[in-house]
This record gives sequence, C-alpha cells and structure tokens, in this order.
Amino acid sequence: MRGGGLRLVFAALALAALVLGMPLLKPLFATLYPALERPFYEGDSFLALTADHLALVGVSSLAAVLAGVVAGILVTRPAGAEFRGVVEAVATMGQTFPPVAVLALAVPAMGFGPVPALIALTLYALLPVVENTVAGLEGVPDAVLESARGLGMRPAEILWRVELPLAAPVILAGVRTAVVINVGTAAIASTVGVKTLGLPIIIGLNGANQAYVIQGAAVVAALALVLDLGFERLTAALSRWRRV
Amino acid sequence: MIGNRVLFALAVAAVAAAAALPFLGFAPNRLLSGRPIPLSAALELPWGLAVLPGVWLLAAPFLRPGRGVLAATVAAAVLLASGLLALAGHHAAQLAALASPAARTSFGSGFWVLEAAALLAALDGVRRLGLAPAARIAVGAGAALLLAAPLLAGQLDQLSILKEYANRRDVFADAVVRHGVIVAAALVPTLLVGVPLGVLAQRRHAVGRVVFPVLNVVQTIPSIALFGLLLAPLSALAGAWPGLGISGVGLGPAVIALTLYSLLPIVRNVAAGLDGVPAPVRQAARGMGMTPRQVFLRVDVPLALPVFLSGLRITLVQAVGLAAVAALIGAGGLGAIMFQGLFANALDLVLLGAVPVILLAVAVDSALRLAVALLARSPA
Repeated sequence: MRGGGLRLVFAALALAALVLGMPLLKPLFATLYPALERPFYEGDSFLALTADHLALVGVSSLAAVLAGVVAGILVTRPAGAEFRGVVEAVATMGQTFPPVAVLALAVPAMGFGPVPALIALTLYALLPVVENTVAGLEGVPDAVLESARGLGMRPAEILWRVELPLAAPVILAGVRTAVVINVGTAAIASTVGVKTLGLPIIIGLNGANQAYVIQGAAVVAALALVLDLGFERLTAALSRWRRV
Repeated sequence: MIGNRVLFALAVAAVAAAAALPFLGFAPNRLLSGRPIPLSAALELPWGLAVLPGVWLLAAPFLRPGRGVLAATVAAAVLLASGLLALAGHHAAQLAALASPAARTSFGSGFWVLEAAALLAALDGVRRLGLAPAARIAVGAGAALLLAAPLLAGQLDQLSILKEYANRRDVFADAVVRHGVIVAAALVPTLLVGVPLGVLAQRRHAVGRVVFPVLNVVQTIPSIALFGLLLAPLSALAGAWPGLGISGVGLGPAVIALTLYSLLPIVRNVAAGLDGVPAPVRQAARGMGMTPRQVFLRVDVPLALPVFLSGLRITLVQAVGLAAVAALIGAGGLGAIMFQGLFANALDLVLLGAVPVILLAVAVDSALRLAVALLARSPA
C-alpha cells in the first residue's frame, strides 16, 4: 500500500518536472534533431497546455459524474425503474462507439471549438459512470437494505448512508475509466479546434516535426498515468475507510 | 393513465424535436453551412406517409403494454426510423432537382433526435418483450436490414454524405479494406503472444504479477501519445537499418501500438477463463485417465472459450477505434477520411469517415456477442 503512494508521488513529481522543465530540454532536442529548424514547441507553454487539457477533462468529467450518478440513482428507485433497461442498453452500446468517432461527429453536429468537444467528452464519460452507478447500487445486498429499513431509516437516509457508501468503489471505478478515456480523447480534440496537449503532437505529425510529437506525447502519457495512479490511491483509501 | 412512461418520454422528445429543430439542412455548396428545413416542409404525399408509424408510437404510451402492443411498437418504431431515412432522402432528391449540382442536403439535428427516439423506443420494446439473446439479435438484424433498405435502394443518394461517397467511391473502399487490414494485422501477433501469456499468467502467478501491471500501464497511456512515443525509436531503427522496411509512420507503428493495447483484454480474459474452470471438473477429467494435454484441450479450452471470446470482443471493438486514431501517423483507413475532413473543414467527409467506424465497431460487437450467445446454448 505504501508503495502505491510512493509511486503516485514520484509520478506526480515526474509530471511536474516534465511540464515545468520542458524548456530546459531544448538543447537536448536540438542535439537529437539537428535537421529541424525549430526542435522545441514554443507556440504555447506546456504549463498552459496542461491547464487547458485538465480544464477540458475536469469539466467534462465533473458534469458526467453529476449527471451520471443522478441518472443511476433515478433508474434504481421504484419510480424510475421503468427507464433502467433503456439507460443500461444505451450505456453498454454507447461504449462500443469509438471515442474518436464520437468526438469527430460533434463537429458536423455542433461545429468546431471547445464547447462541442466538451459536450462530446461529457456524453462519452456519462456511459461508464451511469453503468457503474447502476451496477454499484444494484450490488447492495437486499439483506442490508432490509435491516436499514428495519432500523427505521427513511429512503433518502438509506440512499445517503447505506447505498451510496457501499456503491462508492464501483462508481469510482466508472469515474476512473471515464477520466482516463477523456485524457486521451481531449488530446485528439486538438484536431477539432481545441488547444490541449495534443496540439504539439498534431502540429508535429502534420509538419514532420518529431520533436514536437515527443514533447506533447510525453506530457500526455505522464498526465494519464498520474491521474490513473491517483484514482488507484483513492480506491485504496476508500476501501480502508469502508473497513473501519 | 400512462402505461409506458419510457415511450411517453420518447414521444414528447420526438414531438418537440419535430416542431423545433431542423429536419434537414440545405447548403448551396459543401463549405457553407446550411439553411434549416423543418419536418413540416418535407411532409408531402406520398413520401410523407413514411411518418405514419409515428401515430402508433404517439398512442402506444397510453395503452396497457401487453405483448401484442409491445411487438407492434417495436415494428412501428423500426418502420418509422427507416421511413424517416427514406423521407429525408426523397426530400433531398427534390431539393437537388431544383438546385446546382454543388448544393448539399444533410441531416439536421431534428432528424437525429427523431431517429434516436425511434430506435430507443424499439430497444425498450425488445427489452420489455424479454426475448432470448439469439432472438434479440435476430430482431436487431431485421431492424438493421430495414434501416439499410433505403440506402441500398439508392433513395439516399442525394444526401450529402452519399454524394461525398459517390465522389470518393474508390478511396472509401480502399479505406474500409485498409481499416480491416490494420485491425487484422494487429490481431495475429496479439493472439500469438497473448494466448500463451494468458495461460502462463494463470499457471504461474509470478508471471501475472509482472505482466498485468505492465499491460495496465500501456492501456492507460492515451493512443495518440503511444503512437507519438513509438515514433522516435522506430524511426531511429529505420535510420540505422533502412533495409528492414520499418519506419516511424505508416502501418508498422500502428500495428505495434494496437498489439500493445490489444494484449491486456486477451491475456486477462484467457487467464480469467481458465481460472473459472472448476477444479473438480479438472480432477474428474484426470480421474478418467486424460493426460494433462487432453485435460487442457478437451476441458480447459471449451470451458474458457466464452470468457476468451468476450476478451476478443473488447479487443476488436477497441482496435477498430484505435485504428481510426492511427490515421494521424499515416496508417490510412477510415480515420484518414475523417481527419482529412476535420483538417479541411469538410463536414460530409467527417461523417463519411466517422459513421462507418461506429458501424464497424457495433457490427464487430454484435457478431461476437452472437457467438457467445450461441456458444452458451450449445452443450459444452
């Protein structure tokens, strides 16, 4: 367990060093790619790109978590049970759609820019969150619900104090899937007119500038790994807390 | 009062979309954005009758949802979805007759909402009917056929996406083949390495402890980043040994990256499938005098097959999407058409690339789900 925490700290430090210290690597890229006129991406600072990238991932994931958990709760209540089948089917089928295709379709539907990309990312992130919220709430044993009712808890109390805490690890797993997918899709969003860490990669690929590609790719990869490790720690902390 | 609230909600959404959102968009050429055309403008006889099944769908929410009502609802919803396509195609043809050849008619947001509502109504009906998986897939195939009918009949030829297709028939066919080649080329090394690795990981836990964390890290790295990071070592390799035929861009790196991603679901599901074989079954087989090899081939393999096939499904669906991203490093395929459209601001081209990618992923998913369902029926 301690090893996991250390890994996260190291990964986060590596990411920070990569984002802030990228300009220091300029001579290295100049040596590696002597043929390139500009071996270092200077269109934007990597800090600004990382901030934009995180904003896109953060806002879309947050919106998806809010909407997804509420939808998951509604369809597992008696009043909304009728909608559960359709919601589950859409969540399962929607996840077979490749995220890159969904992102691309946002352009004919809504145009270029951050807002269409944000909507596409939110819709895509909804699917694993809804699926896991439903699965997590359904996984709460009937006996537990029965005894909560026996204790005289009201339905709202049961939801807050019994069902959601017990379903939390499964919901969190859905959020983790959504965030990791969104980090990658946000990088590709540079092709639909959003400034993210994918921009140096796309510019580099289009202009045969390998140095740009490596600089962007390294930061995106590190960002995804750090976020994933963060969720791993969160999951571990949650299960420790549950055991107490 | 309301017998089916799902259908009621869908009907409300559909009516609102029909009234407020454009059914089609009409543009003088493919670079300009279109002027909206409401559904009411397209409702002329005889093709306007195509929306007639919608009347049933407006009434059905208030009926008691018996099996007959549900079956009729599924049929009406699929007919409406197909009819809306045909109607859109017909109106596009009418508009094209009056306009210059460069004019484009494309689906509007109202069309998409109506189409989605109709398909969700069908989905809900199928689920409420509680059909067996095989029957459900048969209904799905029938619906797919009905939806494809207007396309196959040429009814949609004047819509922008098909005009784009007509202009690029050869490019499109090549792209579909190329897309399949990328996925298939990655599948071969994935199976050759992944299946033995899965067997080994299940038998020797030390192997699993090394393999799974590594594959999990690979899976976490976004595809565009992995393509980018492979670019440098591969082009260095190409520079050092030009005779190898490797380069940093093209099919090679795409296949390598796809293989790396594809390994995790295969290795994990091979190991999980073998883990799921009950120990008493293995003991009984050995007690019958089977050699370890026979136990593996006649007991382990058949019993682990469904779990393996779901791993294969995950791998293939994922690979169809990754192959689209691989177009960015020059691997070609449908992604190339899609990104070309995005870079050139040609929206019909984006559709021509992205829609088939989604259809391909859904088709692969359905085919492998069908295989698992059929396997579950046959005695193991």
